[in-house]
Amino acid sequence: MRLAAAARLWGPPGLLLTFALHPALCLRPARTAAPPHRDYCVLGAGPAGLQMAYFLQRAGRDYAVFERAPRPGSFFARYPRHRRLISINKRHTGKANAEFNLRHDWNSLLSHDPQLLFRHYSRAYFPDAGDMVRYLGDFADRLRLRVLYNTTIAHVTLDKDRQAWNGHYFILTDQTGQAHRCSVLLVATGLWVPNQVDFPGSEHVEGYESVSVDPKDFEGQNVLILGRGNSAFETAENILGVTNFIHMLSRSRVRLSWATHYVGDLRAINNGLLDTYQLKSLDGLLESDLTDLAVVKDHEGKFHITLKFFLEESNQSADAITLPQDDNDNFAMRVAYDRVIRCLGWKFDFSIFNKSLRLSSSGEFSKKYPLVKASYESKGSRGLFVLGTASHSVDYRKSAGGFIHGFRYTVRAVHRLLEHRHHHVPWPSTEHPISQLTNSIVRRVNEASGLYQMFSVLADVILLKENATAFEYLEEFPMQMLAQLETITGRKAQHGLFVINMEYGRNFSGPDKDVFFYDRSVGHTEDAWQSNFLHPVIYYYRHLPTEQEVRFRPADWALPRPTAIHHIVEDFLTDWTAPVGHILPLRRFLENCLDTDLRSFYAESCFLFALTHQKLPPFCQQGYLRMQGLMGTESLRRHGIESGLLRDYATVGRPREDGGQRPVGSSPAPGLPVQPLDGNKEEL
Amino acid sequence: MMSSSFNIFRVGISVVIMCIFYKSAVDSLSELSPQKYFSTLQPGKASLAYFCQADSPRTSIFLEELNEAITPLQDYGISVAKVNCVKEETSRYCGKEEDLMKAYLFSALLFNEVKYITTLEDLQNIENALKGKANIAFSYVRAIGTPEHRAVMEAAFVYGTTYQFVLTTETALLESIGNEDIENAHLYFFHCKQVLDLTLQCRRTLMEQPLTTLNIHQFIKTMEAPLLTEVTEDPQQVSTVHLQLGLPLVFIVSQQATYEADRRTAEWVAWRLLGKAGVLLLLRDSLEVDIPQHSNVIFRRAEEGVPVEFLVLDDIDSLISHVESNVHIEEIQEDEDEDTKSPNMDVQDDEVAETVYRDRKRPLPLELTVELTEETFNTTVVASDSIVLFYAGWQAVSMAFLQSYIDLAIKLKGTSTMLLTRVNCADWSDLCTKQNVTEFPVVKMYKEGKNPVSYVGMLGTEDLLKFIQLSRISCPVNITSVQEAEEYLSGELYKDLISYSSVSVLGLFSPNMTTAKEDFTEAGNYLKGYAITGIYSEEDVLILSDKYAATLPALLLSRHKEGKIESIPLANSHAQDIIQIITNALLETFPEITVENLPIYLRLQKPLLILFSDGSINPQYKKAILMLVKEKHLDSLTPCWLNLKNTPVGRGILQSYFDTMPPLPLLVVVNLHSGGQVFAFPSDQAITEQNLLLWLKKLEAGLENHITILPAQEWKPPLPAYDFLSMMDAAASQHPTRKDPECTKEMDVQENDKKQHEDKSAIIKEPIETLRIKHWNRSNWFKEGEKSFRHDNKEL
Repeated sequence: MRLAAAARLWGPPGLLLTFALHPALCLRPARTAAPPHRDYCVLGAGPAGLQMAYFLQRAGRDYAVFERAPRPGSFFARYPRHRRLISINKRHTGKANAEFNLRHDWNSLLSHDPQLLFRHYSRAYFPDAGDMVRYLGDFADRLRLRVLYNTTIAHVTLDKDRQAWNGHYFILTDQTGQAHRCSVLLVATGLWVPNQVDFPGSEHVEGYESVSVDPKDFEGQNVLILGRGNSAFETAENILGVTNFIHMLSRSRVRLSWATHYVGDLRAINNGLLDTYQLKSLDGLLESDLTDLAVVKDHEGKFHITLKFFLEESNQSADAITLPQDDNDNFAMRVAYDRVIRCLGWKFDFSIFNKSLRLSSSGEFSKKYPLVKASYESKGSRGLFVLGTASHSVDYRKSAGGFIHGFRYTVRAVHRLLEHRHHHVPWPSTEHPISQLTNSIVRRVNEASGLYQMFSVLADVILLKENATAFEYLEEFPMQMLAQLETITGRKAQHGLFVINMEYGRNFSGPDKDVFFYDRSVGHTEDAWQSNFLHPVIYYYRHLPTEQEVRFRPADWALPRPTAIHHIVEDFLTDWTAPVGHILPLRRFLENCLDTDLRSFYAESCFLFALTHQKLPPFCQQGYLRMQGLMGTESLRRHGIESGLLRDYATVGRPREDGGQRPVGSSPAPGLPVQPLDGNKEEL
Repeated sequence: MMSSSFNIFRVGISVVIMCIFYKSAVDSLSELSPQKYFSTLQPGKASLAYFCQADSPRTSIFLEELNEAITPLQDYGISVAKVNCVKEETSRYCGKEEDLMKAYLFSALLFNEVKYITTLEDLQNIENALKGKANIAFSYVRAIGTPEHRAVMEAAFVYGTTYQFVLTTETALLESIGNEDIENAHLYFFHCKQVLDLTLQCRRTLMEQPLTTLNIHQFIKTMEAPLLTEVTEDPQQVSTVHLQLGLPLVFIVSQQATYEADRRTAEWVAWRLLGKAGVLLLLRDSLEVDIPQHSNVIFRRAEEGVPVEFLVLDDIDSLISHVESNVHIEEIQEDEDEDTKSPNMDVQDDEVAETVYRDRKRPLPLELTVELTEETFNTTVVASDSIVLFYAGWQAVSMAFLQSYIDLAIKLKGTSTMLLTRVNCADWSDLCTKQNVTEFPVVKMYKEGKNPVSYVGMLGTEDLLKFIQLSRISCPVNITSVQEAEEYLSGELYKDLISYSSVSVLGLFSPNMTTAKEDFTEAGNYLKGYAITGIYSEEDVLILSDKYAATLPALLLSRHKEGKIESIPLANSHAQDIIQIITNALLETFPEITVENLPIYLRLQKPLLILFSDGSINPQYKKAILMLVKEKHLDSLTPCWLNLKNTPVGRGILQSYFDTMPPLPLLVVVNLHSGGQVFAFPSDQAITEQNLLLWLKKLEAGLENHITILPAQEWKPPLPAYDFLSMMDAAASQHPTRKDPECTKEMDVQENDKKQHEDKSAIIKEPIETLRIKHWNRSNWFKEGEKSFRHDNKEL
């Protein structure tokens, strides 16, 4: 067993090594009770864990999913408390294209089974969380994913071993003390530890996770909510009509997702309180740092807000504590509250991971996430990947990697990386002749859901072959890993590459931006680079950028400075197939990058070129010369002649039979210059 | 015409790369001593030199600027150097004034200079120095290396000997002479030459057009023209430089009695209109042409053939505004002209895309083919033999082919057992991927659950029809009796098919030749849809092999057109070889070349011997060539003929070989694969075997001259693309730091540390309009309309 794994790791070129290792392996004393081994262990049977399990299963890998609950998706069994998901379930788009439709389906996981689309589970645009639980259960069952339920992994340690794929095994110990040994650990535990702020009186604060969801319990009360995210607003929305008033307090200003283009910010569906606040009702928003706060309970059981340092000043009884309004009699929060509710979100559970795994948080601004590379691999230990919501540090506040409709694609990217790293399966790609270049790009930007959902995180990559006569198309590569593309994918990028990304305009999104300003949309192709809405951007590099270039790229740039860049102008319908508005400028860009002519031609034109030129344009070379020329029809030919792009050769300079002159003017064509088609080229 | 003289200079400049750059790193500023600097100057080459006192610290920001400008200037053929002035230096460029920084643009040939100044005082000094001597062209540009800067530098080459060119990038300096518009470059002409009283200021004329080379040239030309000209001719006949520059003429009508006053008025008007129109004083008394009694001004537009306007104007202002409003119109027209001259990148030059687009509104009888979906696909292709066209609705090539496909459906309507179906991959992307279709269009044939066969022939009605028809029979057909074999070979068996393939292939095997039979069957399968193949391996196979003198295993090739049957031995031939043999057998010895079959013959990689014929070929010629073939004189060539009636594009070919259409018939040899020479058989000779042979011998010996050589260049992009990268760069340089516009603005106001620099304070305005390279007023009006409909926001 161990030998087999080693052999697979070293692969054919390492044959010698394997021989060398062989005696060493045999000499090694076998452990008496070696824990059961898995190549892949997935922690958590939430959406990300199940998604990874699906890909591992399809690839025929040795894996297991560990889930502490008896069913998948335990987070959704409890949250959101008010049961309404804010991920859209768009059941109709007017299009049949399944890939395209995933652009507007935020709940489904990726699978080959069309029955496992979320639209079969709910008719609601904002579905009930119970449907998500049911969906995840079905997903695991129908696909027969190997999930060990009721298995709580209590801690994870490292076991160094030179034979292991990554130089160490991950040892997972469950609640019964049973150990599991894993070559690769995929952590998909999500964020589930409620964020708490420690301040005097915080024991009086109710948490979102346990607060009543019955509006009756709030009848005629003064409510203070700490937090400004969707959970805070969702809670407020539920009780808005029955309370005296609701005040909301948080450190930063409210960020509206339609202004920031970040789905994690406040969604319009939850923002009823904003409406009433701005319409002079009693409800209101306040900004203050929560760590300076203190909550004091008076003898009536009501809560007063004061500042921490007032408490530190004097250690008096509750009713005698200094309140801000004592000095400042118009202090905003001078009323007494009946309830204080904390809705501050969740963080990653670091506690089960042994220090040796070096799974640290990703720094001051996103303490709630573990630190990972753009490949989702932990910076601390090789072979440990973080998937799903917990992996959101990669694109926090930027893209959708923290949500089902985003991480279903990043999980697939991680799986593709693992397939190459451990099983020598290169990143999937299709190879095409260069004449298909424009088509390949047009197709993907119009239907690809991964590019669309994970904009500016996952990008398609086109690797040119020698002399740019053909290319390989790789889908949904984590673009920040571009410098390491060759090692990650097992594909060669020696002859230049294109990267296809989707981007919003540079200065369009932001919490304080007016996203409805007049003239916000760009219609002219030459202004495409100023497009504001999500639109395709194509980068051309002559050489693969280096790690340095990626890391020290200009601010605001998704990638290092390319040799050339193209923006396809934003489109109201996100349909980038207009022949002149979208495809033509794209073709010109590609042509100029490759210094060739990428137009398509009818067989007759190729025939003419074949007998009047020594070289043919790629379309004729790769089509006509291979007996696959495009013959066209009579009506198309007529349009061609009308447009001046084709000539009517039947009327072209007939031979002078007896040397006599033909009447001039009867036939329109004879004086025309030869080949209007390639007239441009002759001058060059 | 005007600009052509200018171009000469431009060429002269752009060739240059100064030798001093060979030594130093390209992007760093060379530091030289004055002697050394002047010794490196070369005639016709330009360099920008900055003279400074050694170790003068105050100039460092300027130097940084200059450093950044090195590359753009170098692109323009202007090299940059810093010259250190040591105290004992006597060069006049090393000024005494410590504060005065100077940068000079040198052209060693003309020895012109452009002075770079930073303060109003500098400007006044220069102005004073030149009063009564020379005029000054003073310009402000936002930064060194901008297009405007280059335009000024170019103008300096041409006019530097006549005028003193002065340059600044200081916004404060511009503001101090009363111009607030610091965002744009400006050029002033200081009329100093005629100022004799040193206490007077030089008159200034601001150039109103943007600073382009052409505009500066035009502007200076008008400055050179006499301010006021007195004429006594017919206004329609007068010609001045203004008209050539596209500027109108204004005649102030005067008479003897009021001459003095009129002249003063005219001068006043002339100053006001300097650079916009030519002003002339017309003496009514000495004029023969009739001028309406009350009119006091005559206005003549620059366009030829437009009659002069006789105006009655009460005051100078209305005159000025009349002229300016007319000049304005001309400017717009000029813009439009420029537009049409430069290639319009928005015009479709892809013939397939354009024709499909033009045909988009014609309804196609799509109902003749069955549209398949993800749900119906599998059941359909299993239930009936089907041809499936995989296409994409947005892709021009597959939409063009869809038309041929529909034409085929019309042809086959009710006659074929083959179901014609189609899948739009724009809708059913997953289905297409599952069927291994990643390019469009693709045609596949599905027969009763067997592996689908991809169609690899020409994308046209006829070729696909041939494929479908030939696919009707199994390949190879199993022949069961000698009599059937004879019918097969005579073409009787598949009478309706021999119009699609003029050759029938029959494999003859003894019953025990299993491997040979397998190889042949494999080859037959491969050629399914492209050839008629049969197999016979009964016990009595010897009857056939004896009759056709074949040694088993063997192939019999029956050429129906010629009524000939030949045999080819097949011993030890693998499937690949058999395919090769059959494919070669399908080639004709002297084919009529067509659009459809040329690629097959090109694969032979031999020069083509083509007989162009208007209509059917003369049997005599055919005979002559076939004789040569038979005698193996044409083995190194592919002989063929082209019927201009069937293949009219042949005329296009002849036109590119000969400039005028030559008399037909005509024989040429085209050496496509090595060299591209085209040789023509002399038209005064008859096409006979002997003549041809002689000519071919001479050809081979290299004694014939080619009539043309086919162009060998690569196919380059037909037009440039939008350079978004430089547009973004240009925008970024206008918005260097979006964060701190206010604070830098304050700093700018602060006294001496002026080098803080220009552009930061100009951040406020959007760059969009200035950056737009062209205005796309044509065919884009509807896009403007569309904008106003875009009220909705896009969600993720």
